[in-house]
Amino acid sequence: MVRKLTLRQYDALIGFILILPSLIIILGISLQPILSTLYFSLFEASRGINASQTFIGLGNYVALLTDAVFWAAIGRTLYFTLVSVVLELVLGLAIAQLIHTRPPGWRFLRTSLIIPWAVPTIVNGTMWRWIYNADYGALNGLLSQLGLIDKYIPWLTKPELAMNLVILADIWHSVPFIALILQAALATLPADLEEAAAVDGANALQRFLLIRLPLLRPAILVALVIRTVEAFRVFDIIYVITNGGPAFSTVTISYLTYLETFSFGHIGRGSALSFLISLFTLVMAFVYIRILYRPEEKL
Amino acid sequence: MNKALRTLILVLLVMVVLLFIYLPVAWLVISSISTRAELLSTPIHWIPQQPTLQNYLNIFFPSRGVSEVARTFRITLWNSFVVASSVTAITLVVGSLAAYALIRLRLPFSQTLLIGIMGTRMIPEISLVIPLYIFASRFRLLNTPTILIVTYLSFALPFAIWLMAAFFDTIPIELEDAARVDGCNRLQTLVRIILPISAPGLVSTGLFVFLTAWDEFFFALIFTSTVAAKTVPVAIAEFTGRYVVDVGSMMTGGVLAAIPPVLFSLIFQRYIVSGLTAGAVKG
Amino acid sequence: MKNLKTLFALTVAFALLVGALGCQPAQQAGPVTIRVLTMEQAGPTVEEMNAIVEEFNKANPNIKVEIEYVAYDALHDKITTAMASTPPAYDVFLVDDIWYAEFAKAGYILDVTDRITKDMRDKIFAASWDITTVGGKVYGMPWLLDEKYFYYNEELLSQAGFSAPPKTWEELVDQAKVIKEKGIVEYPIVWSWGQYEAAICDWVTLLYGNGGRLVDDSGKPVFNDEIGVKTLEWMLQTIDEGITNPASVSYVEEDVRNVFSQGKAVFATNWVYMYDLVNFNTEQSQVTGKVKMSLMPAFANSGVQSATINGSMGFSVAATSPNKDAAWKYIEFLTSEDVQNRYSAHLLPIWQTSYQGENLNKLMGYTPANATTVPMFNEQFPFAHVRPKVPYYPEASKALQLALQLALTKQKTPQQALDEAAAKWVELAK
Repeated sequence: MVRKLTLRQYDALIGFILILPSLIIILGISLQPILSTLYFSLFEASRGINASQTFIGLGNYVALLTDAVFWAAIGRTLYFTLVSVVLELVLGLAIAQLIHTRPPGWRFLRTSLIIPWAVPTIVNGTMWRWIYNADYGALNGLLSQLGLIDKYIPWLTKPELAMNLVILADIWHSVPFIALILQAALATLPADLEEAAAVDGANALQRFLLIRLPLLRPAILVALVIRTVEAFRVFDIIYVITNGGPAFSTVTISYLTYLETFSFGHIGRGSALSFLISLFTLVMAFVYIRILYRPEEKL
Repeated sequence: MNKALRTLILVLLVMVVLLFIYLPVAWLVISSISTRAELLSTPIHWIPQQPTLQNYLNIFFPSRGVSEVARTFRITLWNSFVVASSVTAITLVVGSLAAYALIRLRLPFSQTLLIGIMGTRMIPEISLVIPLYIFASRFRLLNTPTILIVTYLSFALPFAIWLMAAFFDTIPIELEDAARVDGCNRLQTLVRIILPISAPGLVSTGLFVFLTAWDEFFFALIFTSTVAAKTVPVAIAEFTGRYVVDVGSMMTGGVLAAIPPVLFSLIFQRYIVSGLTAGAVKG
Repeated sequence: MKNLKTLFALTVAFALLVGALGCQPAQQAGPVTIRVLTMEQAGPTVEEMNAIVEEFNKANPNIKVEIEYVAYDALHDKITTAMASTPPAYDVFLVDDIWYAEFAKAGYILDVTDRITKDMRDKIFAASWDITTVGGKVYGMPWLLDEKYFYYNEELLSQAGFSAPPKTWEELVDQAKVIKEKGIVEYPIVWSWGQYEAAICDWVTLLYGNGGRLVDDSGKPVFNDEIGVKTLEWMLQTIDEGITNPASVSYVEEDVRNVFSQGKAVFATNWVYMYDLVNFNTEQSQVTGKVKMSLMPAFANSGVQSATINGSMGFSVAATSPNKDAAWKYIEFLTSEDVQNRYSAHLLPIWQTSYQGENLNKLMGYTPANATTVPMFNEQFPFAHVRPKVPYYPEASKALQLALQLALTKQKTPQQALDEAAAKWVELAK
């Protein structure tokens, strides 16, 4: 009994030593800056050597939460996140399933999945902006040669379309990653369960929904958390493809933060915004974990 | 269902996915070997009539009159490589220690710590950049690879710890107990038993970190502007001047920037698949 | 201020503590280092800029200039971030016209009014002082002079039966209708009306060319008056009539060049950089030798002969630089008449004397393009307007960009959209 206790303490000590470097790094480069962000968010502060600075408590937050521009940006961000993550998940699952059935060429397909994932975001954005170009873009070229359109369409001038075009570019970049994770998870699932179900008369859809999907839950969680966090903070690709246009129709919450902090120099307001983003993403991650984790599964 | 028909459908589906993946890539490559005149032709020249490697030559064998960005592009490739691999190495060493401690050692509040660590990953880069810049400036770290390595740890490390904790968790505890009976202490167990078994997990985590660091744009843009530390994404962005956009060179830069991560991924492909398997099953 | 400083100190102390990075390296003796931040494609090539630095360093052994080049898109963010640290990461930087008021109010740039000599005042273009002057004080030396010009494709225009370019926008519409009818091009004119500063530049050109103004003498926004609304309605109408390329609503200057250089538009407005590339560069243009420039049109009966946008830049000293005198010395050297006359292959000098006598011949002879652009600059520059020098300009500009985009994508009427933007400007001015 006594020995066991000391072992426990010894373990805790070793554990503390092992985790210390990580804690130091994380505290030093993340926590401290975010605390100063939190501090700034309580001030009516603009950028500048001699800028005035007034403590306004939660004033920035109140102002934001009552501002239509903020909610419009949140709405667009949620739309972007929801549509892109759902489509990416569905398509990723479909592709994973396709690979899993081992059709001819599946190895080549699996290898190919890595390519879009490895193309840097900034390149991805530039590439798609060029594809969407109204006068010289590949999209108009392709559609008109297929006879689907008779006149070139100025894609990026349509407020109702622009966000979806950005989503398409994001899907191209991210679906392969999700497909890879899910395909790897599928490969480890026990085959006997499904076979038994098949014997019991369950059809393919039932087998997929009732057996395979639940078993994939942890892998889906990983993909969901990673992609939701990234999608909610989307910035680079919008900056490159649309610059927030047309008519603000692609201004997401991160883009708004960038505008406030860097273009407009509203340090206080910008800090409040970025703190809200952190909070939102954290809450979302928790919701996922609550819904998708089962108590018997350890983190 | 008829078996032949089924195969046909599957092959068609594979083709569709491959087209979706390769059409934009093909367009990227074609743009990089097209002259500006062909890029701007209507109807589009899908296959360039006068393919040219000039954009590539400008980067690898710059002659006089070639833009500064193209001339120094090779250096930025090297910078990116140095930064991304250092971040990967540090992250793997430091992160695996922490992940092990969180999963296997009876650390108080380890669950809370793990969530807290993951929580720091939710912080947008934009809210870290100004305090970090002040720090970098004070210690004369601007325009050095060091500042990029340090700041990239802010997103790489929490994520790596999270992934590796998942991998370590899949290793049967019995293996470890056996090692301890043989007289190994905790560190020895980690180095001799856990790390070799979780090699696939380490490789896929490493690759993930490498790709993320290779891809990073915002920090690099703010913290570097000379060839001493400028990375590839910043260089690619600089093909856009105040007005002139050198599309061909940008696409060329894009192709070159994508090659190292693709190569690494292909080399380590076997590990990624098994690594993701381990990670994905447990989450 | 005090709070900010304390926080920064705390930040650093904390970082020191956790980072255990040791002490700051001691100040080195020897020449003072002046760090300069400028941009690529800023007129002079990097080679030319480096050569000027070398000349300066040689002539001033106790000063060492180090120069860095970034993309224009990164310049503003880099300067504002750099100024958050003391001493600032740069002593000298290139500042765009529209940032002067913001930087002056933020205390980033040094008031150099007393350092401007009478010689400078007299011999440098009066209009170029507008760029660096905020509230009567001078905050830098104008350096990169630019404005938007009117371009036309002479061959296509004569195919339509016109021998002279339009002098008014109404005349342009008439010509464009004929061009369209004859099927010479689908969309006769292309603009940069995307959600960028570029849209404001074209809007100012049209608005001032209609006798309108962005703000009145008291600084109150007046762009939503009758003239402003009519101008925006005119823009919308040219899209509806198929005269303006509809993709203009997503385009920036480079897209305009791409369209114009392939002979897909007869008219365009753009900065000076386009002329060389479309008229002389056979690799990048299908219309070489056919491109002409003429005075920017204005609206008939507006009482305006011509109007365009002044889009110039200047060099300034960081207000918190420990070596202000050395920094200013470099700027003086860089913008001096002598250096400008010798390095003007890709730069329009700020000195009026550079456009006279022997200097003018030399300037026009540097490149084939200069032979056209130099006289054209002289003719057009008196009609160039600067955007309002207000510290909240970036935000005001975004609001106006939004208004233009809302109207051009028909989500709001021009009147509604402009009224909202004007209300925002009033709110910002408070």
